[in-house]
Amino acid sequence: MSELAVRAEHLTKKFGDFTAVNDVSFEVKTGEVVGYLGPNGSGKTTTMRMLLGLLTPTAGSAHVLGYDIHRQAAQIRPLVGYMSQKFALYDELTVFENLDFYAGIYDMPRGRRRVRIDEVLELVGLQEHRRERAEDISTGWRQRLALAIALVHGPRLLFLDEPTSGVDPSARRVFWDLIDRLAAGGTTVFVSTHYMDEAEYCGRLGIMNLGRLLAMDTPQALKRSTLPGPAWDLVLDKLIPALQALEKAPGVTQVGLRGDHLHAITQAGAHDAESLRRALGPLGENALIEEAEPTLEDVFTALTRPAERSDV
Amino acid sequence: MSDWVVEARNLRMSFGSTLAVDGVNLSVGPGQAYGLVGPDGAGKTTTMRLLVGVLRAGSGEVRILGQDLRRAGASALAHVGYLAQRFSLYEELTVQENLDFFGTVRSVRGAEMAARSAELLRFVGLTGFERRLAGQLSGGMKQKLGLACALVHSPRLLLLDEPTTGVDPVTRQDFWQLIIRLLAEGVAVVVSTPYMDEAARCNRLGFMHHGHILMQGSPRELASLLSGRVLMLVAQPKPQAHEVCCADPNIEDVAAFGERLHLRLRAGTPVAGPDNALDRLAAALRAAQVRIDDLRVIPPSLEDVFIALQEGVALAAGTPGLSGNGNHGEASRE
Repeated sequence: MSELAVRAEHLTKKFGDFTAVNDVSFEVKTGEVVGYLGPNGSGKTTTMRMLLGLLTPTAGSAHVLGYDIHRQAAQIRPLVGYMSQKFALYDELTVFENLDFYAGIYDMPRGRRRVRIDEVLELVGLQEHRRERAEDISTGWRQRLALAIALVHGPRLLFLDEPTSGVDPSARRVFWDLIDRLAAGGTTVFVSTHYMDEAEYCGRLGIMNLGRLLAMDTPQALKRSTLPGPAWDLVLDKLIPALQALEKAPGVTQVGLRGDHLHAITQAGAHDAESLRRALGPLGENALIEEAEPTLEDVFTALTRPAERSDV
Repeated sequence: MSDWVVEARNLRMSFGSTLAVDGVNLSVGPGQAYGLVGPDGAGKTTTMRLLVGVLRAGSGEVRILGQDLRRAGASALAHVGYLAQRFSLYEELTVQENLDFFGTVRSVRGAEMAARSAELLRFVGLTGFERRLAGQLSGGMKQKLGLACALVHSPRLLLLDEPTTGVDPVTRQDFWQLIIRLLAEGVAVVVSTPYMDEAARCNRLGFMHHGHILMQGSPRELASLLSGRVLMLVAQPKPQAHEVCCADPNIEDVAAFGERLHLRLRAGTPVAGPDNALDRLAAALRAAQVRIDDLRVIPPSLEDVFIALQEGVALAAGTPGLSGNGNHGEASRE
């Protein structure tokens, strides 16, 4: 199981003067689910397209399933599947016909096609809807059909670009249960996403900004390693003045409004509940202040905001 | 006499034989953000459209600053700004022309409009882009222009229908910074969203399902519904750990988050004291040769609660501040 599905070394891509991907190195093991989190233009899609063999790197190299992305792109293509956030389904075709069409593109022999389509329909739970037209099924099911299409030729590595954009948490969880089962079966999954909710489902997560891979680790480890100290929830009445007070308080590195409370990150050892209360002055008198679980958004903010500032 | 910016009472709306909104009650005060969450087709967008007067409710009433929307019409709607899910800017018009167009529609003109548009462009960070065609803006900038257009008449109520779907995380943070400033000025905001990290930014949340608001409360109150019932487990090998958890009679739901498993316990399962659920699970895992790296009770997330509510799982009753919705509240849910 320690075989590498992806190995990128100093991968760099420039478009004219613009460096879209800047010296990125990482490894993905077979059967891993790895996410890439970052804003638009951070280099997520460019990295994915290089790994798919659609773009040639300016510098550096990468191997996908043991093949060199530059010299052996043709060998890679049939082994990878791709599901885009703007996936194309043929609305007027049925679920089955959509799959059959894509299986045809991959040149699958007719006999094997039927068997494989049954398999993927079973996997994504759409067997009973095979005769329904794609336009008549819900967003969550369309998403699963798009996944089935990406899987129909039996890829060993699956690229997902914001796969659950715009779906509700239940549909998202059903989708990720499927991904988890695929990974357990040895399929490697590489996900690009904008959403913290989605990123939490990944085994390991890379955070990209301005073309650089800032960190890559499990969500839990990122929360431990990238934050300067503990996270706090502060429940109090006058949120906006309290927010402004904490923004100026020494030892507080991040503070944000979370609806009915404030969420803050402090430097290690800089604060306890009482010193935070003092920093709030009279606003803190009846505040409930407790240590909180850090979130991936905390991690993302800690990693990307300083870079942004130094960039201005 | 009403302190609410918007108040909805028993809103009902059907499309043909489908009851899209079935008795919705909600009220939002100045400076409050109310989040509507729920699965696709739960009635979120229809509720928003009823609040903004685009659709007329079959029954029930909407009051904006105390005025009945049905009777007051335009004078009530003058206080409402709306950013629709698929907001269509005029892509062939410039940023300034888009703003001016919305100003005209909202009867903001002349010197007042010039001052307001300069203020709004500064507010959303688009000063200097006045002459750029809207079609040539980035996704995040379009979003901000859309917000500026919705604010052109200085509304007291702002309705946002899935405002950051498809928007990157930095832009979403910036967008919420703007919303926070509006809240500080006393604007009331109603936002619908499929994302729980976004929902967590609201003061109050309503969970919609089949046209009802099944439960409403602050994010912390809603999360506390599953207090003491969510465990996190990191264990190797994971497939065996998964199997043991699924077989545990105390556990009603197992979800995989990368290396972690999140386990939901049945209501009333003890997590402390003799013979508690953690000890029993740990023993079962060890018996199956599973190595436990971490096993503990974690604070429930909004996502956990969302999924439990949708599955109709029994949740802690009697949490202060929480309420169901009239006839369709918790009491009648079983």
